[in-house]
Amino acid sequence: MTGRAGSHPVTNGATSAMTTLAREMKASYAFVERNFFLTKRYWGWEVGWLIYALAGALSITLIGQDQGDQRLLISLLIGAVFWNYVSIVFSFIAETVAWERWEGTLEYTFMAPIRRYTQLVGSTLYAVIYGLIHTGFVLLVLVLFFGLDLSRADFLTAAIFTLLGSLSLVGIGMMAAILPLLYVERGAQMTFVLQSLLLLFSGVYFRIEILPHWMQVVSAFSPGTYLLDGVRRGLMDGTPVTSLIHDVWPLLVMAIVLIPVGVWTFGRAERYAKRTGKLKRVG
Amino acid sequence: MPALLVDHVTKRFQTGRKKKPVIAINDVSLRIERGEVYGVLGANGGGKSTLIRLVSTLLTLDTGRVEVFGYDIERDEMSVKRIINRVSVDAAFFKKLSPAENLLYAARLYGLDAGSARQEAVRILSRLGIKESRLSRPLEQMSRGMQQKVAIARSILTSPTLLLLDEPTTGLDPRSKLDVQTFVEELRDSHDATIVLTTHDLVEAERLCDRIGILNDGRLIVEGTADELKELVAQDHDQEPTLQAVFMTYTGRSLDDDVEEDGAADDE
Repeated sequence: MTGRAGSHPVTNGATSAMTTLAREMKASYAFVERNFFLTKRYWGWEVGWLIYALAGALSITLIGQDQGDQRLLISLLIGAVFWNYVSIVFSFIAETVAWERWEGTLEYTFMAPIRRYTQLVGSTLYAVIYGLIHTGFVLLVLVLFFGLDLSRADFLTAAIFTLLGSLSLVGIGMMAAILPLLYVERGAQMTFVLQSLLLLFSGVYFRIEILPHWMQVVSAFSPGTYLLDGVRRGLMDGTPVTSLIHDVWPLLVMAIVLIPVGVWTFGRAERYAKRTGKLKRVG
Repeated sequence: MPALLVDHVTKRFQTGRKKKPVIAINDVSLRIERGEVYGVLGANGGGKSTLIRLVSTLLTLDTGRVEVFGYDIERDEMSVKRIINRVSVDAAFFKKLSPAENLLYAARLYGLDAGSARQEAVRILSRLGIKESRLSRPLEQMSRGMQQKVAIARSILTSPTLLLLDEPTTGLDPRSKLDVQTFVEELRDSHDATIVLTTHDLVEAERLCDRIGILNDGRLIVEGTADELKELVAQDHDQEPTLQAVFMTYTGRSLDDDVEEDGAADDE
C-alpha cells in the first residue's frame, strides 16, 4: 500500500554497490521475463516468423545447390542462418523503444527506478537467447534438408564468434534504438536502413574482396564482417579460434567501444526526448 | 518537509522551427503536504498532464525546481522514481499479457518479490472488484474500466509515497468510476498517502480532494479548499457558490465545453 515515506530504501550513500547491482540485475530480468511472456502470447506470429526465416534461408542456400557447388552452398547457408541471427538480435534491441511506444507502455517503463543500461541489458539478453534458439532451429532444418556433413566443423569457433559478434551488435543496436525515440512516426522503419547496410557491408552472401575498395574499407568497421568470417572458417574448414585472432580482436574492440557509446547515445537521446516531450507520443 | 514542492516551474515546447514556443507550464509554484489529496482542475491544454509528467520525471524542467519528499527530481531522479507512481488516463499495458504478467513486470522493475507482489495484487484487485480468476486472461479482453483498475493496482503495488492520478476516471462507466473513487477515498482515509489528482469531474474533485488548484494556460490561477474557492467566487465575483462557478470564473469556460472538446484527445 501507499504511504511509506521515510521508510523507503532511498538513502543515497548507504546503499552498497552490490545491492544496487543486484537490484538492477533483478530489474533486467523483468525485461527477459516480459519478452518471454510476449513471445508466448504471440506464438502464432512466432511460428509465422520461423516459416519466413526458413523459407528465406532455404531460397538463398538453394542457389548453391543450383550451381552444384557444395562449398558455395555451405557458405550461403551460413550467411543465411547467421544473417537470421544478426537480424533477430539487432531488431530486438533496436525495437526496444518502438515496441513499447506501440504498446503505450513507454512512459511507464521510463519512469521506473532503473538505469537505462538495465533495460538494454535485459532486452539484449533475451534477444541473444531467443536468437540462438531460433537460429539453431533454422540451422538444424537446413543441415537436414541438404544432408550436410559437418563432422569437420569446429563448433566452438562458431560459438565464440557468435557471442563476440553479438556483443558488438548490441552497441550498434542501442544506437539504432534511439531512432524510434527521436522520430516517432518513422523511427522504427529507419532501423531497417541500418540493418540493410550491415547486410551489404558484412559480406553475408559474398566475399568482401569482390567489393570496391572504398566499400571494403567500410566493411572493416562492421562487426558482421568478422563474425561471419569466423563462423565460416570454423564450420567450413574446422579452423580453431586460436588461428583466427585477427578476426577476434576487432570484435572485442568494437564491443568494448560500441556498448558504452551505445548506452551514452541512448542516454542523450532520452534527455532530448524528455526535453521535447517525445516520450508521450504514441506512434 | 512537503510531499511535493513545485517552485517557479516553467516548461515550454517548441512546436515548429519558426513558431514561437508554447508555454505549457508558466511559473507554477505549489506545495502539497504529506497525506494531502490535491486536485488539479483545468481546461484541456491548461497544463495538467504536463505538470504530472514533470513530477513523474518524464519531462525536463526549463526553469524552476521540483522536490518530492525533499528529493530534487533532477539531481535525485532515481530516488524520486522509487517513491512515486502514476496512473495515466490511458491504462498503459502490454495488452496481450495478463494482469498477472503485467503486474509481475512492474513488481520486478521496482525490485519487489514476485510472490508477495502477486498476493498483494490479488488483494488490491479483489478490493476493486476484480476476481483472481481474471488475472490470467489477456488484458485486451477486459473492459476499459477493469483495465484502469489494474492500472491503479499496479501503481499502489509499489507503495508510492506520492501517487499521481492523471484523470484516472475519465471514460469509465459510472460503476467503475465509483469503485475507483471509493478506493481513492480509502487510500486517503486509511493510509499515509499523498495524492495529486487531475480530473474533469468537479463532483469527484470536491469529494476526494483536500485542496484544489486550477491551472489555466499553464498558470496556477487559484487554489484552496473547495469551500474556500466557492466562497471566493460568491464574495468577489457575486457568483453562485459552486465549483462549476469557480471553474467558469477562473478559466472563462465551463467544464462541459471542455469535455466536449476533449474527445479522444489527451491534455496538451
